[in-house]
Amino acid sequence: MSLLKITDLTQRFGGLTAVSNLQVDLEEGGLYGLIGPNGAGKTTIFNMVSGFYTPTEGVINFNGTKLNGKKPHSVTALGIGRTFQNIRLWHDMTVLDNIRLSQHYHLGYSVFEPFLRTKNYYKNEKRIEEKSMELLGVFDLQDIAHEFPKNLPYGIQRRVEIARALAAEPKLLLLDEPAAGLSSADVSDLIDHIRWIHDNFDITIWMIEHQMEVIMNLCQYIKVIDFGKTIAEGTPEEIQKNPQVIKAYLGDEGEMYA
Amino acid sequence: MGKYQQKTIMIGGGILFGLLLILAQFKMIDLYVQSVIMFIGVNIIFATSLSIVNGYMGEFSVGHAGFMAVGAYVSSLLSVILFTVDKETGMSILPPSMSIYLFPIIIIVGGIAAGIAGLLVAIPSFKTRDDYLAIITIAVNFIIITALNNMDFVGGSRGYMGMKKVIYGMEGIFKFPYMLFWVITFAIFTVFLIRRFITSTFGKGIIAIKQDEVAAEIMSVDTNHMKLVAFMFSSGLAGISGGLFAHVIGYVNPGSFSILKSTEGLVMVYLAGMGSLSGSVISAILFTILLELLRPLQIFKWVLIPLILIIVMQFRPEGLMGDKELSDYFPKLKKFYKFK
Repeated sequence: MSLLKITDLTQRFGGLTAVSNLQVDLEEGGLYGLIGPNGAGKTTIFNMVSGFYTPTEGVINFNGTKLNGKKPHSVTALGIGRTFQNIRLWHDMTVLDNIRLSQHYHLGYSVFEPFLRTKNYYKNEKRIEEKSMELLGVFDLQDIAHEFPKNLPYGIQRRVEIARALAAEPKLLLLDEPAAGLSSADVSDLIDHIRWIHDNFDITIWMIEHQMEVIMNLCQYIKVIDFGKTIAEGTPEEIQKNPQVIKAYLGDEGEMYA
Repeated sequence: MGKYQQKTIMIGGGILFGLLLILAQFKMIDLYVQSVIMFIGVNIIFATSLSIVNGYMGEFSVGHAGFMAVGAYVSSLLSVILFTVDKETGMSILPPSMSIYLFPIIIIVGGIAAGIAGLLVAIPSFKTRDDYLAIITIAVNFIIITALNNMDFVGGSRGYMGMKKVIYGMEGIFKFPYMLFWVITFAIFTVFLIRRFITSTFGKGIIAIKQDEVAAEIMSVDTNHMKLVAFMFSSGLAGISGGLFAHVIGYVNPGSFSILKSTEGLVMVYLAGMGSLSGSVISAILFTILLELLRPLQIFKWVLIPLILIIVMQFRPEGLMGDKELSDYFPKLKKFYKFK
């Protein structure tokens, strides 16, 4: 069943067309990749799916719901989690609070209940805390639950960010360059980690990545875009051999030797 | 925080509070000291309410005294119309003796009015960001003051009085330092409410907005809604402080809620540290006492006080307490009271 279906998606900023005529169809349970040179429009696509930009044209359909014009927080509540290229944790809040806050969309109590401290409030706060600790346990982060993210090494921060995105119980997880800034040892950890998440959380993953090691190891199906247009798509093997992809990444051979 | 300690602090606080009231009842502390204590209470409410928006949420509201004015005027009008014989408003609507019971409700109604005013400001202004909120709130402060200056039924720029009659009426029935009691009760109530807000997962949403708004939005925090709630809550509490202020002095005029008053609030919050509740309480106390000590300097105190602010910003830009609470510095206090 198709989980995310994007048809004829176009995004213009003034005169600049950042994304044009994009078609995407993500099947439930897949692991998809999105690659392309810098400035190709990859993050723009993610920003449209997660609700930061409203597409100029086209339709984004997620699990039967049209996402166009929806605010990011309601998109998240519908089941799309996301991480950022540059880690965006709340650095002056404990790791536990970071996870806890990602469940803001289903607190289970009304605006007045924090003030009144009703039974229902305590029940739901307890539920949220238990769920957060459980998630931290799954990610082996329970020992640092009360640390501040700013004091943690970069690799761990990445893990916290992915855990935070999963706290909202997404069906689709968008990873924006998860390997950016990681050492090569951390990268191989990350690959195992993402595969493990994909297998254990029953989730669809769509990721942007520059490091081919990550993309080629993980993704079943890859889409390559350049200047906002799809230039190729297929399995990792097909992509590696595709002359247009090689041209986009390495430049035109003819030009180089002319 | 165990049940036992909670009881200790409640009983201890209750005894202190009772002792203060008894001393005031039998005139063992003079009226000047009493009024300073009341101003401390009013300033605690004002400063902590502003710290919700400027401290915890990291937005920059500059016209907070405007909401204080709304609360002050609404509750003053209500109490004068309801409980006193006035040549303009005529006979009292309710028997003056009821003022003893209805006084806190009147103060809260003033707070609700200010909260609604806050909501009206927040809806358009949070569509913009950062500096624009500051500009809009300054403008709102001026609008409210100018409107009050031109409303004849509240005395225009001459101000509005008659609240003392209500208090005297209450004292005529039973002699008791009512205002002292209510100011301190409301101050405790305010700190208590803000603490409950800020320690809940719901309320922590505004701290998330301060630290990274984009991340807050993507992590399912409805930032717009949170901002409205926080701003309304904050301006409502400011309205309560205004109502109390009006009844303590027995007289309000638009001038006392000018941008200078807003600045006082900012000084208290930034002196305290952004996002420290106990810091705001401490700095409200220190600041009020400082203002009293500097009274002989008259207008020159407004040279000295901003200077203190500049010095603090130079050497401790995060404020005296930063985002730490008193219990972070003295962990033993955690047994008794946690601010977060």
